Amino acid sequence: MAVPALRLRNISKRFGTVQAARGVDLDVMPGTVHGIIGENGAGKSTLASIIFGLHTPDSGTIEIDGAPVNNLRPVDAIGHGIGMVHQHFMLVPGFSALENIVLGLEAGFRLGPGLARARVRLAGVCREHGLDIDPDATVDDLPVGVRQRVEILKALYRGARILLLDEPTGALAPHETEQLLTLLDRMRASGATVVLITHKLHEIMTVCDRVSVMRSGQLVAERDVKDTSADELATLMVGHDLPADGEEKAAVKVRTVLEVSGLGVRDAGGVRLTDVSFSLRAGEILGLAGVSGNGQSELLEVLAGMRPVSAGNVSVGGRRIDHAHPASPAEMRSLGVSHVPEDRQRQGLVLPFDIRENAVLGRLERCGPGTLVRPAVLQARAETMIGDFDIRPPVADRPAGVLSGGNQQKVVVARETAENPPILLLGQPTRGVDIATIALIHSRIIELRNRGCALLLVSADLDEIFALSDRIVTLCSGRLAGPLETRSADRSVVGMMMAGLGGGATA
Amino acid sequence: MAETWIDLLRLLDGALRLATPLILCAMAGLVSERSGVINIALEGKLLTGAFTAAAAVTLTGSVAVGLAAAVCAATMLSMVHGFACITHRGEQIISGVAINIVAAGLTVVAGNALFRQGGHTPPLASDDRFPALTLPFAETLAAVPVLGPFWGELVSGHTLPVYLALASVPVVWWLIYRSRFGLRLRAAGELPEAVESAGVSVTVLRYRGLLIAGVLCGVAGAYLSTGHGGGFVRDMSAGKGFLALAALIFGRWKPWPVLFACLLFGVLDAAAPRLHGLEVPLLGTVPVALVSVLPYGLTVVLLAGFFGRAEAPGALGRPPGRTG
Repeated sequence: MAVPALRLRNISKRFGTVQAARGVDLDVMPGTVHGIIGENGAGKSTLASIIFGLHTPDSGTIEIDGAPVNNLRPVDAIGHGIGMVHQHFMLVPGFSALENIVLGLEAGFRLGPGLARARVRLAGVCREHGLDIDPDATVDDLPVGVRQRVEILKALYRGARILLLDEPTGALAPHETEQLLTLLDRMRASGATVVLITHKLHEIMTVCDRVSVMRSGQLVAERDVKDTSADELATLMVGHDLPADGEEKAAVKVRTVLEVSGLGVRDAGGVRLTDVSFSLRAGEILGLAGVSGNGQSELLEVLAGMRPVSAGNVSVGGRRIDHAHPASPAEMRSLGVSHVPEDRQRQGLVLPFDIRENAVLGRLERCGPGTLVRPAVLQARAETMIGDFDIRPPVADRPAGVLSGGNQQKVVVARETAENPPILLLGQPTRGVDIATIALIHSRIIELRNRGCALLLVSADLDEIFALSDRIVTLCSGRLAGPLETRSADRSVVGMMMAGLGGGATA
Repeated sequence: MAETWIDLLRLLDGALRLATPLILCAMAGLVSERSGVINIALEGKLLTGAFTAAAAVTLTGSVAVGLAAAVCAATMLSMVHGFACITHRGEQIISGVAINIVAAGLTVVAGNALFRQGGHTPPLASDDRFPALTLPFAETLAAVPVLGPFWGELVSGHTLPVYLALASVPVVWWLIYRSRFGLRLRAAGELPEAVESAGVSVTVLRYRGLLIAGVLCGVAGAYLSTGHGGGFVRDMSAGKGFLALAALIFGRWKPWPVLFACLLFGVLDAAAPRLHGLEVPLLGTVPVALVSVLPYGLTVVLLAGFFGRAEAPGALGRPPGRTG
């Protein structure tokens, strides 16, 4: 048997209290495309960073072509023929493709001759791998897929034989994804080794020879792609255990309070949402599952009035929000839409402000006459919140920034639920939060639902989605799938939907 | 006709003299800002250079020593700026403002200590200043109409720093756009993470940018006190460093447009006294203050977006973040 191009033995890495990689063993054979698949936070990107020398593992060894390497830094990794294509491109704006590729390897102080030589060499590299780009195009003008090709060429130009691609299709349009997969196929044919990190089953099934499944920092399974199926991988990826607290689901759903139809969102970064339609009914929790970066944040931002609509519309409380009639966050709030944002530290709280001030963000009109704010009102609101949510330490004049993550989240949830809103948007409500707080927030969510509130729950935690939701929809590459009734939903089906593999009727 | 031509040449000649420190400082700012370091400290470096040159010439009698001393002093300040905001990733504006304040105070204190003339240096004799250089053919061509006066009045007869300033523009242009150093420097100013991931040190690049900036500011300072003027007067930079910064923005961080902006400001400056008391139909007498304020007014108008947005380097003022 051939020597593996890349061999990891017992690699572990811990960040604070999070064990991002645990005893990972991995062999990548030369001339193959090896997939690493897993949910968000499974440790895939950490593993890639370790291979490229961006993170030093706490323990374990790395061998490249059979030779052990120690204290790997990115420069050494490049020297050993490893190239990495980051999720976020490292291309200098305003520079041509050629200039970006050549940066750092210019050969001589005068740029002219160096660039001329590089142009010839680049043409050779392009031919060898069947790639085609215009070296003189400014990178800003190139579509995302072509920019990614420039990144790949950057690595190949530096002599990479082992290419790491970290979620390479996250920002790509479907046809660009197909082009990338074809390219990887050709690169394998020309002898390159590729490690493809993704959460999309389709990509694994299309292009990979072998696949490793990661969950909670561990490699839980490894398969030859020809011997496995998308179903099996989806099950392996999300885990087997089904949560079974069905008694919490006893809601009556009749009245639609928020209707999204044909919603499209596009911004400078490309298309975020395409033709998204669903309705949210009073007294139900609609769970939105999906690997982050597939449009969930954008959807929340649209519904919260933080982002303009490009196509389609949102109807709520008799108001129709579309491209020509945008709504502000204040207006959405006045329409009864409360919002627990995904990023509590940047969007949910003003960290240097104390709990009293954070308790009334966006709701100052209720705190005194005109532009005045009555300190007693602030104090009273804060104290109610501290009592209801057991915020610790129970001191109202403490800056939000000194609270633990769980207590910060309690402040946000307390504020957004204080007035029993008819509609509540929840963005990752329990991410990075301790177990006791999770239970508290979950019980508050159920309580609101039972009172007739309509909730949209966006979570990367599939267990949470299954435990709380009445219906489940998923987003993959900005397209919505579902809804499924949670009662009849199967985790592997939801896993497939998250990975963009059909399943479920559209609403 | 010939009279008007000569008048115009005299005006441009004066404009060139006044624009010289602007050009040098703006090129200094261009090199450092293209690398991603905001250089609001141009003013302080210019002032320090002016004082050091005048003091050194007074003490040694050599204009060359003065120039060298000015370059050293301004470069040192540049390195202090770099130490604060490159090595220690400090706030670049604050560091620049601090340098300006220190320069304004220190030049006066040192001047008082050395010469006891209220912060001034003793007036320099004309032998102690940069001599005017007469270019070849200036006399031969004198008789030729149009071209003769152009060569003799405008091009010839300036001091060394004026020619250095004019030469600095193509040199900076070549360095920025045609050299490996320039490619990396611009990349460091746009996306330093890409430079680091290519295995090139952003720190070294930005220090080099500041080094060049220091040298150019030093030349500008020496010109101010030992070329254009005859000795150091407190606060003699009089906002020229900031005006250079305005020209840099006006010229969108590109060498030739920046030169144009500096010359435009120079023309306005040179024309101000001539316009004083001039009767303009409908407006009446033009107040000289209105003319002096024009460069700043133009910059404000530009920044307000009337002529399209000024695109600053993408990573201006930002230390490189960690990758991964």
